[in-house]
Amino acid sequence: MIDSSGKPRSFQEIILRLQAYWAAKGCAVMQPYDMEVGAGTFHPATTLRSLGARPWAAAYVQPSRRPTDGRYGESPNRLQHYYQYQVLIKPSPPDLQALYLGSLEAIGIDMETHDIRFVEDDWESPTLGAWGLGWEVWCDGMEVSQFTYFQQVGGHDCHPVSGELTYGLERLAMYVLGVDHVMDMPFNDPDAPIALSYGDVFLEAEAQFARWNFDVADTDVLLRHFVEAEAECDRILSEPDEDPKTGRRIVMALPAYDQCIKASHIFNLLDARGVISVTERQAYIGRVRALAKKCADAYVLTADGGYAA
Amino acid sequence: MPDLLIELFSEEIPARMQARACDDLKKRMTDGLVEAGLTYAGAAAFATPRRLTLALEGLLSESPTLREERKGPRVDAPEKAIEGFLRGAGVTRDDLEVRDEKKGKVYFATVTKPGRPAAEIVAEVLDDTIRNFPWPKSMRWGAGSLRWVRPLHSILCILTDDAGEAQVVPLEVDGIKAGDSTEGHRFMAPGRFSVTSFEDYAAKLKRARVVLNPEERSGHIWQEATNLAFARGLEVVEDKGLLQEVAGLVEWPVPLMGEIGAEFLDLPPEVLQSSMKEHQKFFSVRNPKTGRIEQFVTVANRETADEGATILAGNQKVLAARLADAKFFWENDLRIAKEGMGPWLESLENVTFHNKLGSQAERIARIAALAREIAPVVGADPDLAEQAAKVAKADLSSEMVYEFPELQGIMGRYYAAEAGLPEDVAAACEEHYAPLGPSDAVPSRLVSVTVALADKLDTLAGFWAIDEKPTGSKDPYALRRAALGVIRLVLENDIKFSLSPKLRHSVFSVFASLARDYKVAQLEVHPGDGDQFVLLPFHDELYNFEGRNAVEAAATAGKLAFADWSHSAMSFDHNTAVQAKDVALYSDEILSFFHDRLKVYLRDQGIRHDVIDACIAMEGNDDLALLVKRARALQDVLQTEDGENLVQGFKRANNILTQAEEKDGVEYSFGADPKFAEDDTEKALFAALQDAENTIAAAEKGEDFARAMAAMAALRGPIDAFFEAVQINSDNEILRRNRLNMLHSIRQICLQAADLRRLEG
Repeated sequence: MIDSSGKPRSFQEIILRLQAYWAAKGCAVMQPYDMEVGAGTFHPATTLRSLGARPWAAAYVQPSRRPTDGRYGESPNRLQHYYQYQVLIKPSPPDLQALYLGSLEAIGIDMETHDIRFVEDDWESPTLGAWGLGWEVWCDGMEVSQFTYFQQVGGHDCHPVSGELTYGLERLAMYVLGVDHVMDMPFNDPDAPIALSYGDVFLEAEAQFARWNFDVADTDVLLRHFVEAEAECDRILSEPDEDPKTGRRIVMALPAYDQCIKASHIFNLLDARGVISVTERQAYIGRVRALAKKCADAYVLTADGGYAA
Repeated sequence: MPDLLIELFSEEIPARMQARACDDLKKRMTDGLVEAGLTYAGAAAFATPRRLTLALEGLLSESPTLREERKGPRVDAPEKAIEGFLRGAGVTRDDLEVRDEKKGKVYFATVTKPGRPAAEIVAEVLDDTIRNFPWPKSMRWGAGSLRWVRPLHSILCILTDDAGEAQVVPLEVDGIKAGDSTEGHRFMAPGRFSVTSFEDYAAKLKRARVVLNPEERSGHIWQEATNLAFARGLEVVEDKGLLQEVAGLVEWPVPLMGEIGAEFLDLPPEVLQSSMKEHQKFFSVRNPKTGRIEQFVTVANRETADEGATILAGNQKVLAARLADAKFFWENDLRIAKEGMGPWLESLENVTFHNKLGSQAERIARIAALAREIAPVVGADPDLAEQAAKVAKADLSSEMVYEFPELQGIMGRYYAAEAGLPEDVAAACEEHYAPLGPSDAVPSRLVSVTVALADKLDTLAGFWAIDEKPTGSKDPYALRRAALGVIRLVLENDIKFSLSPKLRHSVFSVFASLARDYKVAQLEVHPGDGDQFVLLPFHDELYNFEGRNAVEAAATAGKLAFADWSHSAMSFDHNTAVQAKDVALYSDEILSFFHDRLKVYLRDQGIRHDVIDACIAMEGNDDLALLVKRARALQDVLQTEDGENLVQGFKRANNILTQAEEKDGVEYSFGADPKFAEDDTEKALFAALQDAENTIAAAEKGEDFARAMAAMAALRGPIDAFFEAVQINSDNEILRRNRLNMLHSIRQICLQAADLRRLEG
């Protein structure tokens, strides 16, 4: 069991406490999706599961990559690879705000001394064709989470509505632990025989990926991969619903969606390499969105997505 | 008479929507109640982040009984018709009354609509109000279908009678049952409580740490903030919009004052203010002695045992991180600025101004060329004006403006100064955007004025060329503001300036840009060579376009040169179609758009619209300063007795003349001959007309409109005397014709000063 009394002392303890808290609230604690994504929302446990009528409750950590945010590990708070904690509950329960505030208390934020505020911030993902209304949650003026009621995903209206919570883990943990530079943050127990800081774990990686993201990644290869992922997504979805080998109806929304995720990440890499102009940018986003929409269209034709034969 | 209290309790309502929602709740409820017959004595609405509240005083306890008389069919009408009437009116045959009408005996029924209790009506109206509330953006939640701005949690709806007894209005909306209870502050006073009246509600809310009235919250914030600042010899920078927003983010406001780290105090004050306001909703606190921003006020939503120490420390830390970012941007930007801003100017080629109008770089090239041309008229140094136009938008590529778009121009000025550019050029980077609104100051530095004019003219020409003109209330590109900006720049700096040639230049430059963008042809403007422009087609691509005939002609000739602006130019819309358009047509349309804006502008200054019309009809109406001088002179003379009467005399002359010309089918424009003058008044008028003509001609030449108008008004006496003494339509045809020719002279001479025919009354 995780001892939730007192202040957490490390990055991982905050994660563990969140896992324990949301598990206790009935969420399926899932693992990260095994692909590069820009945010926890891309995990199919959020994007696709928010479609259709089947109830859902999941929580997980998602490593996220934003190549343009790389600072070679030098910035106190900007990283090209970071963690998001993601909770999705469908239908959104009436006490979701209270549940959320409970999670902050679980990681040691005392409501009696801090100032928590829900400040309007409507969420929109142009690449996912998704939007929702909600807030950014402030703790003493710092944004610690994004709180959204999904209204549309992949161009489909959400019925019922999912409530989504996204915690930026590094920023939140730095605040709770009172650390000024992310690399100085204790990753594990600072009193452990081998105490590791966030920098011990990730500093090298930040520098290496920043160099690759900004200057080395082969843009021709990336451009080709983008086109290939796009084509593969289309091809998968153009297959007939019935699998000729098994004779079963198998709509391949998930494999197609993997290609959509891939295209989205490649676009982010190309963006970081600075080879995408302002006008092209919109066109690329539109292409990824088109894939996301097609995948959503296919997903609602699966059993998980609410399809009934 | 009962009082009504309604509270719609929800998750946090966006601050910017609260004021409007109060008004909408009040209006929709009171309109609905009054329409159903429930009048009331007073109404007030309030909002906090979590609730919308409406209190109505002195509501009728039930709607009045209504009697209505209905006329039915004739007594001898078919039975079916009579039955239908009975059904419709809800009465029996015994209730009917028979009256004698012109057409015979007719049935009448008196229908009584009994009054309904207030609770029933309130429930209906509130249900309808909630379901159809005009939120700018609304949402669904959970598995329900109701829409509200954020999830709606509870409805409080009670009627309190004169004895203070409260009754819950029975109502259920999408599973939410109305009751008599609510919640206080989320953290400081959790838990529900019941209320019996508005007074009880407001008092209990305050005990539960909620200030219901937004004005009370903002008043408290401002007072506390200024007190905190005053105690340290500082002052809070006033910002009403921010104050209202912050008051919409808290139920129990607690202002706290904190310091800005010393390492950030050298950032430009605008950067500090933007960082603090946009991201953190902090008020800036200034040291009046140094003018520097040194501290901030943040507003917490609660009291704490440590008197806000933890909250303030957290906010300070967030601010430090924000300012560290800003400082990073500032220092990076300064490096580029000090080297002359080259990379920024280059990257503007990749910044789209508008998808149909190409990049910022193209736009800047057009503005720079136009600025150079306008400079001599304004009195600015053409080299400086061109240089200023070229760098005025460089800061759009800077990191700081990327992060804080509202700092455009302001940063440009700092960076241009750092680049070692002349002061006038740096100032133009900021000032060329002005005036941004009717109350915004107009720049007076000549270089700024020049670039501001060129920028706005290019904007107008550009959006005109792609057919994005303002219509009705829609003006997405703020073209009305741009036109008003030009008007104010010209008038307030008293610039004599013919707009039309510059408009034609602008419109043509835009066409040229479009042509280049779509690779149809290269159009070159040679404004210096007698308004000539040249079209040089690009190789084969032009054959792919529709309407290629026109371009083919150019291709055959190798190049095409138009002798003057009245010829058709090529314009290219966003697709591939090529149409022949008329540069002059566009620039004339824009000119009349200016005239429309000018009328609005001058009307606010008390100048009659018909006076402006009378002056717009004159030559040189594209010189706005001249036009306004003439209009003011005319308005002044019309306020004199002579002026007013002269207009009457003029109109009389004009009417008689027009009728005669129509009747005779000739124009009496040969000039009258003094030798046919019989009467003394006729002779006197001859002499007066001669004088007036000479004076007006000279005055017009010197643009002394007051003198021209006075000379015109001086004709009043002779004209009145002439009409008094002389019969125009004399039997003697020679005399008649001569007098008509004389009327013609009156008309012509007066029309030299202003087109009096356009005056009303």
